Amino acid sequence: MTWLLVVMIAGYGIGAVGALTLGRSLFVRAAATSGAIIGAGAAFILGSANLLSGQTLTIQISDILPITGFALRLDGLGAFFLVVIGLLGVPVALYSFGYSAAYEGRYSLRLIGAMLNGLLLTLSLQVMADNALTFLLLWETMSLSAYWLVVTEHDQPGTLQAGGWYIAMTHIGFAALVAMFLLLSGGDAMSTSFAAMRANALTLAPLARDAVFLLALFGFGSKAGVVPLHVWLPMAHPVAPSHVSALMSGVVIKMGIYGLLRVTLDLLGGGPAWWGALVLAVGTVTALLGVLYALMEHDLKRLLAFHSVENIGIILIGIGAGLIFRSYGLMALATLGFIGGLYHTINHASFKGLLFLGAGSVLHATGTRNMEEMGGLIKRMPWTALFFLIGAAAISALPPLNGFVSEWLVFQALLGGFNIPVPEVAVAFPLAVGMLALTSGLAAACFVKAFGISFLAIPRSHEAEHAHEAPLSMRIGMAILALACIALGLAPFSVVPLLGGVLAGLGGLPDTRSVFTLDLMVQAPAGFAQVSPTWIGLGLLILLALIPLVMRLMHVNRKRRVSDTWGCGRIGQTPRMEYTATSFAEPLRRVFAELYRPTKELSIDFHPESKYFVKSIKYSSRITPLFDRVLYDPLLRLIQRISRQVRRIQTGSLHLYLMYVAVILILLLIAARWF
Amino acid sequence: MIVTGYVLEIAQVALALLLAPGLAGFVRWLKARFQNRRGAPPWQPYFELRKLFGKEVVMSNNASWLFRVAPYIIFASTVTVTLLVPMIVAPLALDGMGDLLMVVYLLLLGTFFLALAGLDPGTAFGGMGASREMTVAAIAEPTIALAIFSLALSAGSTNLGRIVTQELANPAVTVSPGHLLALAALFIVTLAETGRLPVDNPATHLELTMIHEAMILEYSGRYLALIEWASWLKLTIFFTLLANLFVPWGIATTFDPAALTLAVLALIVKLAVLGGIVAVVETRVAKLRLFRVPELLGASFVLALLAVTSSFLLK
Amino acid sequence: MPALFKKIFQTGIVTEPLGPDEAEIIQLVGQVNQKTQRLLGRALAIREVDAGSCNGCEIEITGLTGPVYDSERFGIHFVASPRHADMLLVTGPVTRNMEVPLRKTYEATPDPKLVVAVGDCARTCGVFKSSYAVVGSVDKVIPVDVFIPGCPPEPADILRGILAALDRMPKKRI
Repeated sequence: MTWLLVVMIAGYGIGAVGALTLGRSLFVRAAATSGAIIGAGAAFILGSANLLSGQTLTIQISDILPITGFALRLDGLGAFFLVVIGLLGVPVALYSFGYSAAYEGRYSLRLIGAMLNGLLLTLSLQVMADNALTFLLLWETMSLSAYWLVVTEHDQPGTLQAGGWYIAMTHIGFAALVAMFLLLSGGDAMSTSFAAMRANALTLAPLARDAVFLLALFGFGSKAGVVPLHVWLPMAHPVAPSHVSALMSGVVIKMGIYGLLRVTLDLLGGGPAWWGALVLAVGTVTALLGVLYALMEHDLKRLLAFHSVENIGIILIGIGAGLIFRSYGLMALATLGFIGGLYHTINHASFKGLLFLGAGSVLHATGTRNMEEMGGLIKRMPWTALFFLIGAAAISALPPLNGFVSEWLVFQALLGGFNIPVPEVAVAFPLAVGMLALTSGLAAACFVKAFGISFLAIPRSHEAEHAHEAPLSMRIGMAILALACIALGLAPFSVVPLLGGVLAGLGGLPDTRSVFTLDLMVQAPAGFAQVSPTWIGLGLLILLALIPLVMRLMHVNRKRRVSDTWGCGRIGQTPRMEYTATSFAEPLRRVFAELYRPTKELSIDFHPESKYFVKSIKYSSRITPLFDRVLYDPLLRLIQRISRQVRRIQTGSLHLYLMYVAVILILLLIAARWF
Repeated sequence: MIVTGYVLEIAQVALALLLAPGLAGFVRWLKARFQNRRGAPPWQPYFELRKLFGKEVVMSNNASWLFRVAPYIIFASTVTVTLLVPMIVAPLALDGMGDLLMVVYLLLLGTFFLALAGLDPGTAFGGMGASREMTVAAIAEPTIALAIFSLALSAGSTNLGRIVTQELANPAVTVSPGHLLALAALFIVTLAETGRLPVDNPATHLELTMIHEAMILEYSGRYLALIEWASWLKLTIFFTLLANLFVPWGIATTFDPAALTLAVLALIVKLAVLGGIVAVVETRVAKLRLFRVPELLGASFVLALLAVTSSFLLK
Repeated sequence: MPALFKKIFQTGIVTEPLGPDEAEIIQLVGQVNQKTQRLLGRALAIREVDAGSCNGCEIEITGLTGPVYDSERFGIHFVASPRHADMLLVTGPVTRNMEVPLRKTYEATPDPKLVVAVGDCARTCGVFKSSYAVVGSVDKVIPVDVFIPGCPPEPADILRGILAALDRMPKKRI
């Protein structure tokens, strides 16, 4: 299997080098795309082969990094995430070929191509890192290459600010990770290999273990976009080129999930119940707030970015439930929770990747991200519309698509909560069930809005009216992910045992490959419940074919006449009569007004002659995000105040600076002498 | 034996399709009587279906293929649900194909496409209906999930057949406080999900107060027939859930013809009783303002939460 | 709540049977297609269009759905959209502003469909005749199946007119 690893690295390398060195822009795009496809394809195959065979791949190159060397080890967990990366990487690479053509002459295609390959390379290696130094090095490289991709459209308003938020948040998280690995290594700088840490974790004091867990949750949470560390996500994802947004939402933030699982489950080997309860609580809040803010968003890509926050929440609910069950020794239920979380991880990668690529096609065709200026695109870009609809139905957890399966698994894990002997903990589970159900209901509402307003009815702007279908490479990219959404929804019977294999042995979890049988059913442990999305999907399909057939046999009137839209007899219909995204979300904004604190401004310009004639009406409304209000605004104000104080000693005078240096030096010398 | 099971599945789907218009007509007839009117006979909806299937379709020129496909998806997803809900026999042959969550999400699939179809022609009313329908559906969702939780707690499964057989084996469960609270919560949600008063008025002619009706203003002919039939079927499904999950007696547990006949009769009686209750409620209450509906659903959520907690503590 | 239902049961059903047949006042313009009669005879959805009436006819039409006349006993009900309708119930002389909407409503109604014009104005424009704001009678704009004279016609007459179009006289089932 080592040769696949070599192919993978070589593919990415060729892609990056080719993009940087070739002359014509067509070749640059082709090199970047083909390199990334080879690399991501090899990553996918490598991951799948590893998952199927269950072997572990280990590589140690001691010359590259000082002290510990560059260590790679691919186990089940890493292989699973490698599959996710490959699954998304190939269509994204293909899509980028068509998508980045629009950048020609405006932004550096070389940088985009090289950075895309670099990002995929670091991502693919990230999940194999086997010591802290390798892990941190790759982590930082990944963050930086993602940063360069995010700020591609640097001359657009807001892009650099978004990039700034992203880089700041990711580095705060990075600091936490460094501290975490220092604690894990037990102070001995030489034992940074994960194997040593695993052994070390057993001897750590409970307090230190708690600290490691909290640091991991903070550090990885900032990458994953956990509330309240999510603020960068809805800023950075929309401004990035759409294929990069897909990659960021699909896999980059999943590295936070990977890291959290790697540290809490693998290195620490699980912990007390309150760890899980904390993750569960954080997940619930993240899911609910994510979807609630998504509902108020009318920028298509920002809406999707908030949904990424939501889905990270759902994944964390599964993981949190798993950690709680594990701490009480309920291993079968724990596995169910983790499987739900992991399944949702790959599902989210496929449907969110698909949705971002769809949004990118729309942006490509109309030049706007504002849903209020779209409409009627289903007629102008039928393929994109179909793919986006599949993604929208999948993320809304509608059977028989993949979102349903993973949410079902998470639900079933939560329903098992009554097995927990401690009532105080157990009572949290029904609450989580309620919140998860509310989240998925609101997500469905939000995607009716996203699809209905953007793709249906009449175009709301000139651009939307003259939109065109995306080029072939972009359509194929979306088609692959749409097929993945369908396949993952119909074939849980083969995915779930694989995930069981991934988890076997991690943190003492049992091997559940044999528990989940292969008879087209997905079963919760101990026969608690079972469903078969496969048969339900087949049933739906049969019925869809049967209904028109029966109707024809019954001699139903099959005439169809096209006429004007019924508008109570008014003459002509304009887009201004349509429901807008704002009005669609209005009832929910009223229901959750306490959270949103909406402010609105209405200014009416009357005709000078009479106030019964209106020249123009201007209405604007905005909501204040909770954490901006209670956390970030005060924090930023505090930092600014401190900075102003510090500025007093920063006069710009060289003499003064020399004096500072001298004073400090003397003080240090005195201090050194003193002690 | 296995073949009988599948034949029964198909028979049950046919029964549900057959009963659904009658149930809707019965509620209408009863309401007319409460208004001191003679009213249309209970079998009026059958005539309406026949008429609609015989009429042509007039489609908006703004509508896309989604508008044409949606009625079939709505109808198919609702019919699929009738394969999973035990109406006359428990457990069904296809019981393992889907549980209560599958039922809820299949119904959500129909709602999703109905709302999209409402948006498709680009009328203000369609958008308004879609927006309101999705709001109500989203807020009703947690109550349904918690009610399922509470049922699953006592039965040890979310599969409908298991719940029913467990209750038949252990009748004391059905009068436990958790069960009764869950019943109350699910009843409120039933009113909301099937577009009954006080959430939505199925007989309204005023566009501004509509929810369900506003989305289908553009539909005609066979498409309208499919959507109407599906919505009556949804009413029947929710009533059957209320009836058979909380008062399971009468349902057949074997394929014995006598038991099956009894089960059909029991089902009809239960549906009629629930229809009577809904008619009384609809005579008594006025429609709520849209922004008061979340309060009602919030109350049902609290009921469901109490149901789960009491099931927990008394387990 | 008991008081309400006590009142309901004390009152009993107040729907009156339609009086003796006075169908001669109904003017059936053409013979309605038999297939249409069969199809719509059992379930009829009506969309009311006020093409410029003084609202006298509307008051009478409202009476149709009340407990006394109860059009629903014949399977006749009013709907919100012409897409759902089988019959347009048009009142008043057609004004200039309502000409296009009336035509659009007719177009929006799926076949087979019927048009019943209610009141004298719909036939002769009544006192509004030759007003600058009036286009003319209803049959100038869309084809009419039945005229129901009266200013305004009583609800019972309107019901008879509708039933005449459906060829289902009230005697058959009350």
